[in-house]
Amino acid sequence: MTEPHPPSTQSNDDGHPSAHLAHHFNTPRQQYDSARLGMWIFLMTEVLFFGGLFCAYAVFRANNPAIFVDGHHFLDKPLGAVNTVVLIFSSLTMALAVRAAQLGRRRSLVGLLTVTLLCGLAFLGVKAVEYKHKWDHHMVPGQARIAYWFSHEAAPEPRKEFRPEETYVRERLAAEGFESLTQAEYTERVEHLGTFMGIYFSLTALHAVHVIAGIGVIFWILIGAIRGRYGRQYFTPVDMVGLYWHLVDMIWIYLFPLLYLIH
Amino acid sequence: MEPSSPPCSQDCGEAPLAHVVEVRVLLAVFGALIVLTAITVAVSYFDFGALNLTVALGVATLKAAMVALWFMHLRYDGGLNAFVFLVGVVFLGLFLAITMLDSVQYHPNVQSWEQRK
Repeated sequence: MTEPHPPSTQSNDDGHPSAHLAHHFNTPRQQYDSARLGMWIFLMTEVLFFGGLFCAYAVFRANNPAIFVDGHHFLDKPLGAVNTVVLIFSSLTMALAVRAAQLGRRRSLVGLLTVTLLCGLAFLGVKAVEYKHKWDHHMVPGQARIAYWFSHEAAPEPRKEFRPEETYVRERLAAEGFESLTQAEYTERVEHLGTFMGIYFSLTALHAVHVIAGIGVIFWILIGAIRGRYGRQYFTPVDMVGLYWHLVDMIWIYLFPLLYLIH
Repeated sequence: MEPSSPPCSQDCGEAPLAHVVEVRVLLAVFGALIVLTAITVAVSYFDFGALNLTVALGVATLKAAMVALWFMHLRYDGGLNAFVFLVGVVFLGLFLAITMLDSVQYHPNVQSWEQRK
């Protein structure tokens, strides 16, 4: 990183061909490598940011695996798999978009970024369908409180505990081979389901926030691409957004088996 | 210093900033990721006991590594970026390990649940 550079003959003042080179960098290459290093440091902090929730997951899973065995019956495996494929495909189109930017191919860059953006929206759409389903069966932790915040009704009786729709929960458990549970067995399973949903919503909602942020920055570089801001010598923003989007994909690659694919 | 690059339509006259990954490489990585996703879903219908989690995490780590190495160009970077990222992963491992130091205390609960199951 610290190899000596000859005094630069390329500076901001020269205009073309190094119009994008900030005066405190010697070469475009050095500027680009610095941006990438900074982005990787940010991605490392993102891993640690999610790490807190992965820690919570690990503690619950190691010390009370029943939570996950009982809880995962209430997630939709096919929808999770579809979302995994959608996100992996969007990572491919993002990688191809970075390539198009590197080669100065503006039209394919715009097209590929648009596809990536649409995939991100499709992912959120599927996620919304899943969340709606949980909400309809009262499986969102703290749902009674949330519903009260968004209503104009008088304060309900204090109801903080997790109380999912009983007919649905019994129906779902029966479909998995747990028929005619005693009241005690049912209560235990609902407690497990409540903790599972807490973990599920924390992890997937934090991930969804990242997807929303990703869609925002992809939209930003899409506008830049349409305006022709990026070329062979300047595609750093496209590359940075690409790195971020791939990290969001990477985290989902872990979330999918950890939440949906439990035996 | 003028590099002897082929003629280009715009922004000529400087060495390329970064490695451009071949389309077929990106497509091959995508194909492998889809195949691994199919495998991890298929495997989840079988019970390997304690290995269930190992298999799921192993496949996920393989997929994440492929995304990092090719989609994120880590393979073509100098080692510094990979080092920075792995420092984060190592610290996450440290956090997990320290947090779970007392897991043995819960083994009786886990075992009694496994017997009831």
